[in-house]
Amino acid sequence: MTAADNTSKPETRIVITGTGWVTPLGDTIDGVWDRLINGDSGVGDIERFDASTFVSNFVAQAAEPDLATILADHESHEGAGPNTRFALSATAQAWKQAGLGDPSKPGQLNSGHPDLNPRRVGIYLGSGEGLLDSDNFFATNVESWDAEARKVDMQAWAKAAYEKLSAVKEIEQEPNMPISHIADAFGVRGPAFNCLTACAASTQAIGEATEIIRRGEADVMITGGAHTMVHPLGITGFIRLTALSSDRNAGGPFSLTRDGFTMGEGAGILIIETLEHALARGATPLAEIVGFGSSADAFRITDIQPDGKGAIAAMTEALDDAGIDPYSTDEAGRPPIHYISAHGTGTKENDSIETRAIKGMFKDNAPNIPMSSIKSMMGHLIAAAGAVECITCVQTIRTGMLPPTMRLNTPDPNCDLDYVPNKARDCNPVGGVEVALSNSFGFGGQNDTLVLRRYTG
Amino acid sequence: MQQREVVITGLGAITGLGIGAEAMWQGLLEGRSALAPISAFDASGFPCNIAAEVPDFSAKGYVPKSYRKAVKVMARDIQIAVAAARLAIEDAGLITQDLATDDQTPTYTPDRVGCQIGAGLIACEIDELARALVTSLDDNGSFDHKAWGNGGMDNLPPLWLLKYLPNMLACHVTIIHDAQGPSNTITCAEASGLLSVGESIRVIARGDADCCFTGGAEAKVNPMGLTRMDLANRIAHTDEDADPTSHIRPYDPNATGGLLGEVAGICMVEAMDTATARGARPYAVMSGFGAGHSPRHGNPRERAEGLIAAIEAALYQADTAPDQIDAIIPHASGIKALDDEEAAAFEEIFGDKLGEIPLVTLTPNIGDGMAGAGGAAVCAAALCLKHQSLPARIHPGFPANNLQAGPVNQRDARLDRVLVCSNALGGQNAALVLSAATP
Repeated sequence: MTAADNTSKPETRIVITGTGWVTPLGDTIDGVWDRLINGDSGVGDIERFDASTFVSNFVAQAAEPDLATILADHESHEGAGPNTRFALSATAQAWKQAGLGDPSKPGQLNSGHPDLNPRRVGIYLGSGEGLLDSDNFFATNVESWDAEARKVDMQAWAKAAYEKLSAVKEIEQEPNMPISHIADAFGVRGPAFNCLTACAASTQAIGEATEIIRRGEADVMITGGAHTMVHPLGITGFIRLTALSSDRNAGGPFSLTRDGFTMGEGAGILIIETLEHALARGATPLAEIVGFGSSADAFRITDIQPDGKGAIAAMTEALDDAGIDPYSTDEAGRPPIHYISAHGTGTKENDSIETRAIKGMFKDNAPNIPMSSIKSMMGHLIAAAGAVECITCVQTIRTGMLPPTMRLNTPDPNCDLDYVPNKARDCNPVGGVEVALSNSFGFGGQNDTLVLRRYTG
Repeated sequence: MQQREVVITGLGAITGLGIGAEAMWQGLLEGRSALAPISAFDASGFPCNIAAEVPDFSAKGYVPKSYRKAVKVMARDIQIAVAAARLAIEDAGLITQDLATDDQTPTYTPDRVGCQIGAGLIACEIDELARALVTSLDDNGSFDHKAWGNGGMDNLPPLWLLKYLPNMLACHVTIIHDAQGPSNTITCAEASGLLSVGESIRVIARGDADCCFTGGAEAKVNPMGLTRMDLANRIAHTDEDADPTSHIRPYDPNATGGLLGEVAGICMVEAMDTATARGARPYAVMSGFGAGHSPRHGNPRERAEGLIAAIEAALYQADTAPDQIDAIIPHASGIKALDDEEAAAFEEIFGDKLGEIPLVTLTPNIGDGMAGAGGAAVCAAALCLKHQSLPARIHPGFPANNLQAGPVNQRDARLDRVLVCSNALGGQNAALVLSAATP
């Protein structure tokens, strides 16, 4: 049995009207963008715990936002973990940019915005779990260890756990906490989801948020993601998988000497709504979401399908959704996609298979589509990566500037596309960026693609 | 935009009442409870030591021979999900890669099969972690990061992290069955399962898949899961000498909390057109879905706002009036704050009629299945509609507000539409209307 082709194309147009991010390069749209165009690095020593002996002892850490300057009702978010703080700050930025008011001023929020019907405002994030309370959790396990029996004494464990663990710190680790805090702060009563599909999570969240609006279940969605895995077991987990870079001077994504990804943390949030709703309230569309595709490799838990089959399936669906022929060119010979935000983690496997997938998808057009990885500057924000990369695509459309892939010093013969190496590129002389595509791939074979287009009325 | 109708054609439930949706149904009909003293670990030092554990379960029998090694990297949440998915596929009469013999081809091409499985925050195995941590102690016997970096961490298996990633439930299912369509993992605590069902409906309705694995699974009966839920004030403190079923009492003003249950509830949902074309016999039609978010503060009616929004959206999509609902399967956690919210939402929507609508409460039988609860509730709803029957209900106390939640025996009933709902710690809510399939 094959596809039943009895669905019609979506008629509802969805636009992005607000963006906000908290990243290792800062926490304003313009400030971070300047640093990305500059090729700055957000990488430094791990400060949250003593990682001096870890094989990977560097990360790209984000400064924790001071909610007192961001939200009038900051007191009700006092126990929030860093991932939730990142998310709240990014939402406040997006809210302001979308013309919905300043959340730091009293009376603006909680009961919702006068232009918004709370039940028609939803939230869909791809947020990760919160910060593990490592010190107390480790101490609980160590103290209750029965060396003779070679296992934990459960009575001792229970006693230690109830002495040491804090209710707030444990509850705030639940992955739905960022949406809970945001929904509370911004008066959301519509559909609320959080998905956690590893490194593809927030791209998938933005795609499904778009589909919720297309289906008519909401007018406005707050979407994106937030995550930090900068804690001992987060770093340990990826070291054991041999996925992390162990040399901060090693080549960046797509270079021959790349040796893994660098951990980052932060949040990216977008306000999206129907074009009709945006125009009716006088908002300025920053870009239009025209395509979403999602697929599973269904291959192996650790390895990517080597032909990039799953990635191609997601891109094919997204381009089809957008009505874009991947092999077409315009009168000037330009391909139909003007920028690709690569997943570009810097692992041997990802970057070569991603390159293969782009070639398989765009054939002769592939070498002519610039594609870069901002992970070379702000590290890998894991669940939040897709959201900041989607915002990067918005910024390329708004400015015509392409951020570079940094530390791409030694070309890899298996990675022979245009990665905008080491220096930002001004696309305005060739017509700027009309259409941008963002790819995210996650452990477990999750593939998600978004296509954004300039809003021209 | 034209939207496709979605039907439910296969059920896979793994609960304390046994392996399979039929085992759960039989247990519910007979009014049995799986709540019992915890056997997975010594829980005598915890304020709560009762839960509904899945008895005699080994995942090995539910994965293809070539994939058995992978069971080692599956947390128990993943194992019960993988097994329930296998049961759902078999029940639907679908052939996937896992079940195909040499002369068979899968019913659907792989890219038309999606997978949306809700999951919780999976706790790591305490003994395995502790065994590694104690290799890295300083002179005072405290954990030492330097020693951990200098080789201590090598005592954890290389794939350790993958055992606990929430998307590994869906990931293993997609690999085993070669499901290459959209795959997602919803993580909204107790609402995860039902929200996943809503997403599967959306994926099929828009044409991105013809068939989806959907639902959720969670097994929080472990030291960290139990402690977290107790710290969150969600667990009844139990008395070892008391009858294990005496603690959980949904909608009772004297309710003291919930009890955990290991639950996987995975269903197969398909587009009505492709299901009809292959001659499937659906249990029910997925008529309407809704979701909403509640504020975390306020009185029960204020905190019910998200659930009311969810139910109203589901009724609207199902083109159904409140008085057309013949039964409700609520979350019924036994946690007073959540039960009050639920009751307030039901009162708002059903008004005076509420006292006439039977509630099917599952928590006294299978515990609170967390992310697994919604999928199991959908299985129960599908079986109520199929058998035109309402299971027995157990309740050791006195439900408030005239709610039909007190003890009753199994009885036959004319059921056209059943409402299922979930409300989560944190404020996420989902509601689903299932309608009897026309024969």
